[in-house]
Amino acid sequence: MGKGFRWVSLALSLALVWTVTACGGSTPEGDSAGDNKEVEIFSWWTGAGEEAGLKALIKLFAKENPEIKVKNAAVAGGAGTNAKAALATRMQGNDPPDTFQVHGGSELNDSWVAAGKMEPLNGLYEEQGWKNKFPSELIDLVSKDGKIYSVPVNIHRGNVLWYNKKIFEENGVEPPKTFDDFFQAADQLKKKGIIPLALGDKELWTATHLLETVLLGKLGPENYNQLWTGELALDDPKVKDAVKTFKKMLTYTNKDHAARNWQDAAQMVAKGDAAMNVMGDWAKGYFTTDLKLKPNKDFGWVPTPETEGSFMVITDTFGLPKGAKNPEATKEFLKVLGSVEGQDTFNPLKGSIPARVDANPDKYDEYGKETIEAFKHSKLTPSLAHGSAAPEGFVTGTNQAVNSFVTQGNIDAFVKTLKQHFKQAKK
Amino acid sequence: MKPIKRSRTGTVPEFHSQTGGRIDEKWVGFLLLLPSLAAVAVFVYGFIGWTGAVSFTRWNSLVPDWSWAGWENYLRLFGNFRFQSDLRNTVVFTILFIAVCMILGLTLAVLLDRKLKGEHLFRNIFIFPMALSFIVTGVVWQWIFNPSTGVNLFLGKMGVEDPPVWYVDTRILPGVEWGEIQAGIPLALIPVVIAAVWQLSGFTMAMYLAGLRGIPDEIREAARVDGAGEWQVLRQVILPLLRPVTLSVIIILGHISLKIFDLVVAMTGPGANFVTDVPGVYMFEATFRGNHYAQGAAIAVIMLVMVSLLIIPYLVSNMRKEADL
Repeated sequence: MGKGFRWVSLALSLALVWTVTACGGSTPEGDSAGDNKEVEIFSWWTGAGEEAGLKALIKLFAKENPEIKVKNAAVAGGAGTNAKAALATRMQGNDPPDTFQVHGGSELNDSWVAAGKMEPLNGLYEEQGWKNKFPSELIDLVSKDGKIYSVPVNIHRGNVLWYNKKIFEENGVEPPKTFDDFFQAADQLKKKGIIPLALGDKELWTATHLLETVLLGKLGPENYNQLWTGELALDDPKVKDAVKTFKKMLTYTNKDHAARNWQDAAQMVAKGDAAMNVMGDWAKGYFTTDLKLKPNKDFGWVPTPETEGSFMVITDTFGLPKGAKNPEATKEFLKVLGSVEGQDTFNPLKGSIPARVDANPDKYDEYGKETIEAFKHSKLTPSLAHGSAAPEGFVTGTNQAVNSFVTQGNIDAFVKTLKQHFKQAKK
Repeated sequence: MKPIKRSRTGTVPEFHSQTGGRIDEKWVGFLLLLPSLAAVAVFVYGFIGWTGAVSFTRWNSLVPDWSWAGWENYLRLFGNFRFQSDLRNTVVFTILFIAVCMILGLTLAVLLDRKLKGEHLFRNIFIFPMALSFIVTGVVWQWIFNPSTGVNLFLGKMGVEDPPVWYVDTRILPGVEWGEIQAGIPLALIPVVIAAVWQLSGFTMAMYLAGLRGIPDEIREAARVDGAGEWQVLRQVILPLLRPVTLSVIIILGHISLKIFDLVVAMTGPGANFVTDVPGVYMFEATFRGNHYAQGAAIAVIMLVMVSLLIIPYLVSNMRKEADL
């Protein structure tokens, strides 16, 4: 090893730097000129039923558009927590996917639309005649200032109380319709040594999810919706009253709730370790697909107390970001997504119901049929826990406050914190 | 980055460029270092500076807002229940984790140093956990300490009436009111400390073992000849000689524990009432879930300061020593 060695290593190091720069420089030019021969679909659909739904949808799309290649860019992680972080990075680096999954409501409007990163899709809606095919309250959730920004593909209901049929029958308990019913049933079950309400708030949003259904029940849909427009203050006596009920409900939950996630909590009901659980209807998919339970035989459902006639809506939608490489191909995909055929291909597999009012109910199971009916005749209310009601910043703030509240139980301090977070988020 | 030491003997052979002219040795050294210097400048210090800058803005949604916020983000953090809990948890976790790792590691090392049979086997067994990632460790220990499965099933069979609920416990001992929070040791952190200790006490043992092997037998012999008992040899001869190892152990374990994220995420999450939350987890959630970029940057800066407080004195003393040589 003499002179030669030094020179070689010098050359190598320099070469390394040069190649790194060269790579960095070439990427944008290489990819950016999309030829509409490809569409990249970004989602967090990697779970059993949802992945099957997405793949079926892609297959349907490929049949109708054989010349367009589909790139499935799904990022694993429940409720999209990882995917949203990955998406934020890409969007801010001006490298958006062609289309991406986003919950309708604040998650779309107060973030990507407010940041000016989305293309309006009014033209597509006109051309496809979609305006009266989706409920107008739903279109409002994906619109800002009269411009429509995304296409809803499915609907999940948040305010569902799941119960173990066997436990209810054996103990002569009726599914609760009001909070009084609920507490009566819960007391009865507790006496028998059964955990009345399963909760799994290892991930903080589940406690918020329970709280929002209580808020909806106690306030009613109008007042509930006014919370998010700022017309009803978060420290209103009515809110405090609801929080008090929430606090009382928490006394009926399993002690180890902080060690469980939502599946673990749902499983308690499935196994008969607990009688009830409040969760969105993705829990039905978990019951039927993962645990192989029969709807209405092993488990039953009712709207959460006093929310009959209200529908806590969580809708997955897809939009067209500004600077997408293949806008025309993406629009073709959105057309399939918004079609009756597309929605009826995807939703039975995913376990959700179609966002269109004219889909075919025969393709859905007992729960699905019932929910499609309820969806048509209910007041729609946006979910807070799932980012539809208020900006993401307020949702995380609320999750934190709820997490402390579950242990501390200080109602005044809790609503005060909520109000502060709301003010900050709306600023 | 460790400073590159130049060979002190200075026997670098002369070399010539292709044209035959002599090239200054310093220049070549600099050129060789240049790529990594540039990379470090941009990817370490540049990004630190960027994060610092963001932490003074109002960029707390997806829409960047570059207006100057001054110390707003920091003040808000320090008044925040969750962040105060995080600081308490980090301090408690770091102290317990380092202390237990050191005691266990040293004990194991001293025992292994007795040249017992099958030393190889034991050494490997103790070091193996280090090869796992914290995520794996977290998942496994999450099952072990799950209050309704895991070790409690075993305790129940043994007839323990009211087994501990481990990381679901919300008690804080002694729980003195302090700011927004209760100061003390959150009991839920103890299972997390156990998991972390399980993973890294073997590593600590390896460090100490290396240190012990570096102590010449003559020194011990000399102490024994002077009439020192085994315990005295250990306390007054060996432990003082191991001080540099202890310092390295504190630095290495300390920076791991101040920045811990993956273990907590996999094992407990933030925990009820944030009894197991740490700044790393809060930083991730604030930035990537709440889109509070400025807030997240402020947390990151505070974490950097904490680690610096631990490491800079060490680096400075090292540099002094080198200067003395």
